[in-house]
Amino acid sequence: MNSGLNSAINAGMAPVATPWFFYALAGVAVVSGVLVITRRNAVHSALALIVTLLAVSGLYLMLYAPFVAGVQIIVYAGGIMVLFLFVIMLVNIERSSKERTFNRMWPVGLAAACALLALFVSVIVKGRALLNDPMTGKALWPDPVKKLAESSNTQQIANMLYGEAGRMGEYTFAFEIASLLLLVAILGAVIMTKKKI
Amino acid sequence: MVPITTLHYLVVAAALFVLGVIGVLTRRNVVIVLMSIELILNAVNLNLVAFSRMWGNLHGQLFAIFIVVDAAAEAAVGLGILIAFFRNRETINVDEIDLLKW
Repeated sequence: MNSGLNSAINAGMAPVATPWFFYALAGVAVVSGVLVITRRNAVHSALALIVTLLAVSGLYLMLYAPFVAGVQIIVYAGGIMVLFLFVIMLVNIERSSKERTFNRMWPVGLAAACALLALFVSVIVKGRALLNDPMTGKALWPDPVKKLAESSNTQQIANMLYGEAGRMGEYTFAFEIASLLLLVAILGAVIMTKKKI
Repeated sequence: MVPITTLHYLVVAAALFVLGVIGVLTRRNVVIVLMSIELILNAVNLNLVAFSRMWGNLHGQLFAIFIVVDAAAEAAVGLGILIAFFRNRETINVDEIDLLKW
């Protein structure tokens, strides 16, 4: 079954996206991520963040996750970022654009982030060493075992969320909890932005 | 050309995560701090979807969707707090938010 699937992939269903797509999308995501945290004007940061979100959703498409990519564009780039832009326009940006961009303790923060980066790099290098080690044979991050079905992705996610054939899905309870969380968040946001409580 | 493996996605996600942490720790504008948190959550999502691809099942993608829900709730509440604070103090700088400081 698995080998047949792999041969089917090799025969004619080679992925359309080449490695260059990955490098381009990753480069766009990281460069606009840098712009998010360095721009003085908050609107420019928000626009750069939208570009990052779109690039990450392209990466989701490369990972055979079309539904997550759609959710990323609709909810993140379409919903959350509009919320951010509204708030940026509600609070005045004239004053904050004349002040210092970074706080006084920025070298400490940068050092802490560099320590975190060193941790990540050490983990990734260790995983890579395991990957190339023929003795252990077990990579920390093995190659994908099988291809995810792209055309039925949304249906499979729906079955896991809502259940199928009258039974509850694996994540139905978590889904209901998440809807409750959103309701509480909406109520909280409305109450906090009211002038007189 | 090296084929793209899970490791490549982990590197990108690590870079985005560290950028988000730098933003949270060094910026003064609360709106940009919240945007940096979104950057961090996106890095986590990218890892989850990459692992979902690696194991060939959809649990990672489900987790990513739930994290998007959390991010929306967090952004709504965070920006609500920000507006309430701006109404009181006329500032959105992190280091001037010290009402709870003793």
